Amino acid sequence: MSRNLKKVTESQLWRSIFRHKFSDTPRNRVLTVVSNFFLHLHPPKVHTRGLKIRHTFCLGGLTFYMFIVETITGVLLMFYYRPTIEYAYLDMRLLEHVVKFGPIMRNLHRWAAHAMVILVMMHMLRVFLTGSYKPPREFNWVIGVTLLVLTLLLSFTGYLLPWDQLSFWAITVGTRMGGATPFIGAEGPFHTALGIRPDNDVRYLLLGDTVVGENALLRFYVLHCILLPLAATVFLLVHFWRVRKDGGISHPL
Amino acid sequence: MEASEKKIDDGYEFVMPHLVIKELIAVIIASAGLLAWSLLANAPLLSIADPNKTENPAKAPWYFVGLQELLVYFDPWIAGVTIPTIIIVGLMLLPYLDVRKTGAGQYSFRPRMPEVIFFVFGFAMWIILILVGQFLRGPNWQFYWPWEDWSVAKSAEETLANMSSWMGIGFLILYFGVGFALPALLCKGLFRKMGSARYLTAIALVLLMYGVVVKIVLRLVFNIRYILTTPWFNI
Ligand code: HEM
Repeated sequence: MSRNLKKVTESQLWRSIFRHKFSDTPRNRVLTVVSNFFLHLHPPKVHTRGLKIRHTFCLGGLTFYMFIVETITGVLLMFYYRPTIEYAYLDMRLLEHVVKFGPIMRNLHRWAAHAMVILVMMHMLRVFLTGSYKPPREFNWVIGVTLLVLTLLLSFTGYLLPWDQLSFWAITVGTRMGGATPFIGAEGPFHTALGIRPDNDVRYLLLGDTVVGENALLRFYVLHCILLPLAATVFLLVHFWRVRKDGGISHPL
Repeated sequence: MEASEKKIDDGYEFVMPHLVIKELIAVIIASAGLLAWSLLANAPLLSIADPNKTENPAKAPWYFVGLQELLVYFDPWIAGVTIPTIIIVGLMLLPYLDVRKTGAGQYSFRPRMPEVIFFVFGFAMWIILILVGQFLRGPNWQFYWPWEDWSVAKSAEETLANMSSWMGIGFLILYFGVGFALPALLCKGLFRKMGSARYLTAIALVLLMYGVVVKIVLRLVFNIRYILTTPWFNI
């Protein structure tokens, strides 16, 4: 080790951050993982089977990476976007033509969202094909399904925000199906049993109105930027924690 | 001593660096791909939303287009609400219905043939419905091949018939009766091994999944609109 490197790695600052020696020993490799907040999602050691690319294709990890990309680009977009009928579309146009790096920010947010949906579907298929939902991992599969639903809802609520023809009509046809829910949708079978009308059914609850309008835009915005990301974060943390508690990445017994 | 020199073969490897380096590479590749995609293609933005100007066709986001495609074959309460609910509940139940221990933690096909076939069939159906809805449906949700011109209107004429009440009820009883009985008869000991609750739930889910295909075939080949009509709902 060169003298300068030694100076750095033995400085008070360095040691206050990393809390263990720098030299490459088994003990330090373990400490690198367990004394680092971000790396300690991992166990110190993993089964060699789980290390094979073919076993996971890194699909779960990449889905999570897309979630991180969405969080970062999403926060940046929030600086430039106002969720009202007057401004939403205008802000999108400004983002396209006036804001520095606006188009790339928006494109990253949009394409990473698509990628996340595709990756989560493929992750589920991989988990199924490797039989990784079998005991003791049953419940983590259930949490996974919840994450799949949350991913779709996140994507769906974001779809309305540009407030253009594409988003408006997509959300209109999408939520129209909700109005067909039996018992609690105004167009569903048996809706009269509970006295359900267009102005008090589930669709109204979702849109805050009988049509897609300013209330729907605000509701979708709050769901998209606050409630659903928070819910997804909680489920993601439980999901990762369970992967470890259930014995790490699955491998044949 | 360097950690890499001391090899203890217990089937485990250090996360640092063996796993972390792979994750890093995956993230770099994904970032490069994403950046290239974002530089080459712009996210769509049409004209401002106008509630008075209907888009034709108005398509849901692509991941829900499969359900929208099912609207051709089912009433909205089935296509848009009941089917997705059953899919989600069915997926959540899956680990509790599949009691076989074989093939845990590795790719395998032979020892878990029926489960793999059912799941992959459902997954493929999801993708095919999305592809049809997204790429092969034009104005008024009419079928257009990619090389066909959307401005040439297609006739919406279709002569569809409903099954008569008795025929419909008979058809459903036959489908589900045979469906529930057959696996238990063909596969000795299956019912006992799974237990009645598991067996009935699992077979019901599989039958409902294939039922969607049956309904599609009835419509496309035999021009049947509803199997069962009642004053309250139609199936
Ligand atoms: C936002 C969505 C999701 C994220 C970010 C995510 C992330 C992950 C990660 C990072 C792992 C570690 C192994 C790997 O990379 O494959 C994992 C494992 C697992 N996931 Fe997910 N997941 C998601 C959704 C799902 C879904 C939809 C399911 C199933 C329906 C699922 C079921 C599982 C199971 C059972 C494991 C343990 C697999 C094993 O031990 O081999 N996850 N997930």
